[in-house]
Amino acid sequence: MRITCPYCGERDSEEFSVQGEVAGPRPRPSDYGDADVKAFHAYVHLRANDFGLTREYWYHGNGCRRWLEVSRDTRNHAILGVAMASGAGRR
Amino acid sequence: MSRLAEGGLIERRKALQFRFDGRTYRGFSGDTLASALLANDVVLVGRSFKYHRPRGIFTAGSDEPNALVELRRGARREPNTKATTVELFDGLEAWSQNRFPSRAFDLLSVNNLLSPFLTAGFYYKSFMWPSSWWEKVYEPWIRRAAGLGRASGEADPDTYEKAHAFCDVLVAGSGPAGLMAALSAGRAGARVILCEEDFLFGGRLLSETYAIADRPAANWAMNAVAELRSLSNVRLMPRTSLVAVYDGNGYAALERVGDHLAIPASHQPRQRLWKIVAGRAVIATGCHERLIAFGGNDVPGVMQASAIRTFLNRHAVVPGRSVSLFTATDNGWRTAADLARAGIGVAAVVDSRRHVNPALVAAARRTGARVFLDAQVVGVRGGKRVRSVEISTDGHNALTVPCDALGVSGGFNPALGLTSHLGARPRWSDAVSAYVPDALPPGMDVAGAARGIFSLSGCLADGARAGAEAGGRRTEVPVAEGECSDLEPFWRTKRSRGKAFVDLQNDVTEGDVIQAAREGFISGEHLKRYTTLGMATDQGKTGAIVGQMVLTALTGRAPEDVAPPIARPPAVPVAIGAYAGLHRGRDFRPTRLTAGHAWAVERGATFTETGQWLRAQWFAREGEKDWLETVSREAAHVRAAAGICDVSTLGKIDIQGRDAGIFLDRIYINSFSTLPVGKARYGVMLREDGFVMDDGTTSRLGEDRYFMTTTTANAGRVMQHLEFCHQVLWPELDVQMISVTEQWAQYAVAGPRSRDALRKVVDRAFDISDAAFPYMAAAGITVCGGIEARLFRISFSGELAYELAVPARYGDALIRRVMDTAADTGLAPYGTEALSVLRIEKGHPAGNELNGQTTAHDLGLGRLMSSKKDFIGRVLAGRQALTAPDRPSLAGFKPVERGKRMRGGAHFFVPGIRIEPDHVEGHMTSVCFSPALGHWIGLGLLKRGPERIGEHLRAYDPVRDEDFLVEVCSPIFVDPEGARLRV
Repeated sequence: MRITCPYCGERDSEEFSVQGEVAGPRPRPSDYGDADVKAFHAYVHLRANDFGLTREYWYHGNGCRRWLEVSRDTRNHAILGVAMASGAGRR
Repeated sequence: MSRLAEGGLIERRKALQFRFDGRTYRGFSGDTLASALLANDVVLVGRSFKYHRPRGIFTAGSDEPNALVELRRGARREPNTKATTVELFDGLEAWSQNRFPSRAFDLLSVNNLLSPFLTAGFYYKSFMWPSSWWEKVYEPWIRRAAGLGRASGEADPDTYEKAHAFCDVLVAGSGPAGLMAALSAGRAGARVILCEEDFLFGGRLLSETYAIADRPAANWAMNAVAELRSLSNVRLMPRTSLVAVYDGNGYAALERVGDHLAIPASHQPRQRLWKIVAGRAVIATGCHERLIAFGGNDVPGVMQASAIRTFLNRHAVVPGRSVSLFTATDNGWRTAADLARAGIGVAAVVDSRRHVNPALVAAARRTGARVFLDAQVVGVRGGKRVRSVEISTDGHNALTVPCDALGVSGGFNPALGLTSHLGARPRWSDAVSAYVPDALPPGMDVAGAARGIFSLSGCLADGARAGAEAGGRRTEVPVAEGECSDLEPFWRTKRSRGKAFVDLQNDVTEGDVIQAAREGFISGEHLKRYTTLGMATDQGKTGAIVGQMVLTALTGRAPEDVAPPIARPPAVPVAIGAYAGLHRGRDFRPTRLTAGHAWAVERGATFTETGQWLRAQWFAREGEKDWLETVSREAAHVRAAAGICDVSTLGKIDIQGRDAGIFLDRIYINSFSTLPVGKARYGVMLREDGFVMDDGTTSRLGEDRYFMTTTTANAGRVMQHLEFCHQVLWPELDVQMISVTEQWAQYAVAGPRSRDALRKVVDRAFDISDAAFPYMAAAGITVCGGIEARLFRISFSGELAYELAVPARYGDALIRRVMDTAADTGLAPYGTEALSVLRIEKGHPAGNELNGQTTAHDLGLGRLMSSKKDFIGRVLAGRQALTAPDRPSLAGFKPVERGKRMRGGAHFFVPGIRIEPDHVEGHMTSVCFSPALGHWIGLGLLKRGPERIGEHLRAYDPVRDEDFLVEVCSPIFVDPEGARLRV
């Protein structure tokens, strides 16, 4: 598999490690009570695991050390887009 | 000798000697082992897998099912090597397989008589009783009787390499289509790689007598190769098979660098596994001629019609004195014509078709061959070699025609395995009666016979097309001699006499397929697994489809009604060594050495692997009887005087920026923005799910600069985590970080005399007295006369202690200088085992406790958790189950009977309670012999541990069969007040 890092260009997937599906924004805790636990539980554990188009976090550890957001089709491993993940956990 | 007087692509001046089953033979450079054996009239080359039937050479290529040999001797012995792909070399040694005691007289051919009991699924139906006999009797017997060659059982003495290549156009196969594709792309300036599994380029053209552009096909091919070789943008890779297709236009190819030598050249690997990234790929791998199921189709001397032409035209080998052909294609007639032209008698041409091009028939009749149309071969006579064939025109009466070889042509299977590696299925084509590629992976094209185009002119034109479409330009297609390439599918002879095989390698007969269908195994995948049809080294390239089509017909379906076969990588067998490459033994992964490694070696250290690092485990002295004595001495010495330990492997991260403090507040459970400049603090970080991720000491070196240390094991993971938190979660923070693990050599200097020792190297300008440099101080200093260094007054041992860091290039010099100058303080090196003893005595959690399942509370560190801020893991650390009061938490343990040796992993039970999993109270995580206390001590995780001080528990260890009482105590065994830290 080849991933086109926005910083380094097209590289072999061996240079990257995958973290899993993009989880949406990290919740802002309020009182650290049950509602927060619920929100964080979803943020940490719940993933759609779709058969098809997914967005994943990939880390270019053996390159520029940037975290990337990779759009990938799990059916054929086609990579449809790569962007810096900057602030992706805040949006 | 069955060698023609002239002709062929062999170098008659280069004679080679080789041995087969202990006998010496001669061949020529340009021979394969198979062609050389045939040239020496060796027709019987082995015994079959299950029935031990005599077998000969069936093909001339990598689709060979029968002629498997053990090649080379000793550690280089390689089983299941296809004689048809082995390039002959001088001194080659090979042995036939599956014969006992010899290939000519095989006692186990009794299996052939037992065959009624060895049919499809016999494994599943037999040997059921008594069950205890399976391991002792049945399995060893089956393994002896059935099976392929023997592995050497020794380590492979050769080396293997991996290499990477990039190109615009990758062409697999150098037959007419492949050469034209490479020419079209190469002439246009594209970067081309042309892989050919053979040692000569030209593919099928080397075996034919066609004319291309008024020249013999082989000459045309050699000219084309010469042109390609002259192009600097084209790379020709002979002896290289494309073996796998991966996502993103990735391909794997196996280059047999030294397989054609007795021993690879000293500077060369045996094989090289290439990873090729290609903009476009043209698969021009040709096709495999398939067999026909008829009685005795496995007798030595029965061969593919096209293989006969290869041996005849390319190797100048006479495959028989009198040859018959059984064909459903025009290809069989071509073989008859070539044989006749070489002066070899053609006994009969049997064609299953009613209508055959009259010109072919007339030409065959002119050679004196008997011609049978709408006819079938129903049987073959001869045990170890064909003596005659039985031909029937009406399905009842048979006519016997004497001959000593039989060429078979049942049609062609495009070699399209590579097109399905990513999951695409081929489709059935009625036009060519074969599966042809359908949807293809991005960037891949298929050309020529691999696409179902079986005429020479068609292959040349299609190769030119594919090359042009892959980025080349239209190139002139040479005019080829017109040839006949008609065919009609023909799978099996209806009234066969004797066993009719559909898979020669696995001894699967037509009868097995019929039986499988009767028993309900009517899907292709089930048939394969029930009968082993199409498995093992040849993957059924010549016959599996025949078996599948027999099944299809039996079940009243059409070929397009059943799921087409797909292939998985690798396309041809690849040695495990090639996949491993240089990553063997100690080179399995990189070894990281600290700056002080050479010094530790000189001091006689014993090393241990910690991830990739080698760390000094202990420094044994003469006269010490075991490691325990050494480690106890080292640990005791630290508490009594001073010790020095290399801690360079700890992860080190330089964190800078205006918001560095805020950033660390969000990473650690405790606060770091409040840490004064010049101070160090112990920190714990959690994963977002609330469990402890790592711990370490982080110092503030300046207003906007922190220096973090992590555990050795988690250095990479923590760095990745920090980057994630910064880049993904909080990009607004003004902070930057970089790993400096390898930039600093760091030594722990511990013990009551550690300050005295350090004073020998720390420059006088820096006051390191307790008052000026108290516990938890951190500062940039200089040592040894102006060398930049960092000093931290931190302690893992519980003694007065420091960690001193210098740029890695001074690491070796520093340890030597300290040891030299501080000798009078008693400074002695200690290793990681003593380090561990000291930390267990102090109750510090380490790897065994930071196991990914413990919370800060579990480790007695809950008090560090700030309630004034959000940090990673805070919310989920508050989950009910993670705060439950009876979670196993850190406690100390000592044996009630003090002399007992404790073991890590023992489980705790309340005395008198039944030993069962539900009653486990916790387990021992770390143990050591404590020189300070004079007995074994341990740390463990125990339900409500801190509340149970003084309680007696059973430490139960069924693995080592130990069971004794331990007393729960505080995890801090030495100096609980911490007075020794602050002296």
